[in-house]
Amino acid sequence: MIPVLGLVVGVVLGLVFDPTVPLWLQPYLPIAVVAALDAVFGGARARLDGVFDAKVFVISFVSNVVVAGLIVFLGDQLGVGAQLSTAVVVVLGIRIFGNAAAIRRHVFRA
Amino acid sequence: MTEDPRPGATPDPAPDATPDPTPDPPPDPTPGRPADEPAPVEPAAAEPGTTEPASAERAAAGEEGAPARPRRRRDPVAAALIGVLTLLLGFAFAVQVRVTDTDQALTGAREEDLVRILDELEAEEQRLRGQLADQRSALRDLNDTDSRADAALEEARQRADALAILNGTVAAEGPGLLMTVRDPEGEVRVADLLGAIQELRGAGAETMQVDGVRIGVTSAVTGSPGSLSIDGEEITSPYEFVVIGSPQDLETALNIPGGVVDSVSRRGGTVVIAQSQRVLVDALRPLETPQYAEPDE
Repeated sequence: MIPVLGLVVGVVLGLVFDPTVPLWLQPYLPIAVVAALDAVFGGARARLDGVFDAKVFVISFVSNVVVAGLIVFLGDQLGVGAQLSTAVVVVLGIRIFGNAAAIRRHVFRA
Repeated sequence: MTEDPRPGATPDPAPDATPDPTPDPPPDPTPGRPADEPAPVEPAAAEPGTTEPASAERAAAGEEGAPARPRRRRDPVAAALIGVLTLLLGFAFAVQVRVTDTDQALTGAREEDLVRILDELEAEEQRLRGQLADQRSALRDLNDTDSRADAALEEARQRADALAILNGTVAAEGPGLLMTVRDPEGEVRVADLLGAIQELRGAGAETMQVDGVRIGVTSAVTGSPGSLSIDGEEITSPYEFVVIGSPQDLETALNIPGGVVDSVSRRGGTVVIAQSQRVLVDALRPLETPQYAEPDE
């Protein structure tokens, strides 16, 4: 319940305040969002599997975001930021798909 | 980053389960969320039934035997953290969607992306410039055609005016002279009138009328002295000529020795000439459509 509530409230807040994203953050924000989404899907799957753990979730969430941001940052420093962020998005996307499939199996038994 | 971030992956719960049981029991019963987290598997790991406040949810989860929720991290800190993180995620998500919606997105774009965008924009610009040039030239063509058509129309109009005056289908005015030929003895002949008309034409008369009959290219003077007619219309002395042309030239032409004035006087008539800066030739002739002749293309 809390995650759903948090998501909804966050979206509403973001829409209401509509803040300006600082320039230095702009390349990383979308990657961070995707990484966090991956963590959330993973958490949802874990809960359906009955193995959800708040600590794991929190740590994986934060580390996901940080690592994804770090990879993109490194890529930017090396001049392959665009490619690396594509790579990160692809990997995270695959994981999200996998988690979504697991969730689907749980929900629909298929 | 490879396997670590998977949040709820299977290996995790086991190590987590061990440290928890001792401190946790009191904060555990969060009454607001009974069916929210079924937590089916873990209890089997390490717990005898220490506290039983969560029995209701236990029942909901269908597991009566292992009542305690030992390592279930129901503590408020974890809940708050989860709440904050998901709230942040929602916030960032909304913000990012907003940013992507606007051109502001460009400010954070990478160099190579910007180069690509610039290339695309330049190609687009090129294409639009081409279109612009095409349209411009089309516009110029149309304007040219338009002005050419205008000029042609103007010329045609002038030509029509000139022809109308020559043919006598419209009234005309301008400088010229009035000539009155009196013929008290009825001696003036066809040849005299024809001579007068020819003389006036030769002196540059542009159009004229005689006794209210317009003289055109096909005008004919017929009859016998004393009863003359022009184009079948009878005319009587005095014959009133109204002529448009250069007044001096016309008068000079009429007065030359052996000219009109001379020959009329010889027949006992008189000629009175009055120059005028403005005479009106208002007699009209019907326009004759050629019956046999047609333009040679």
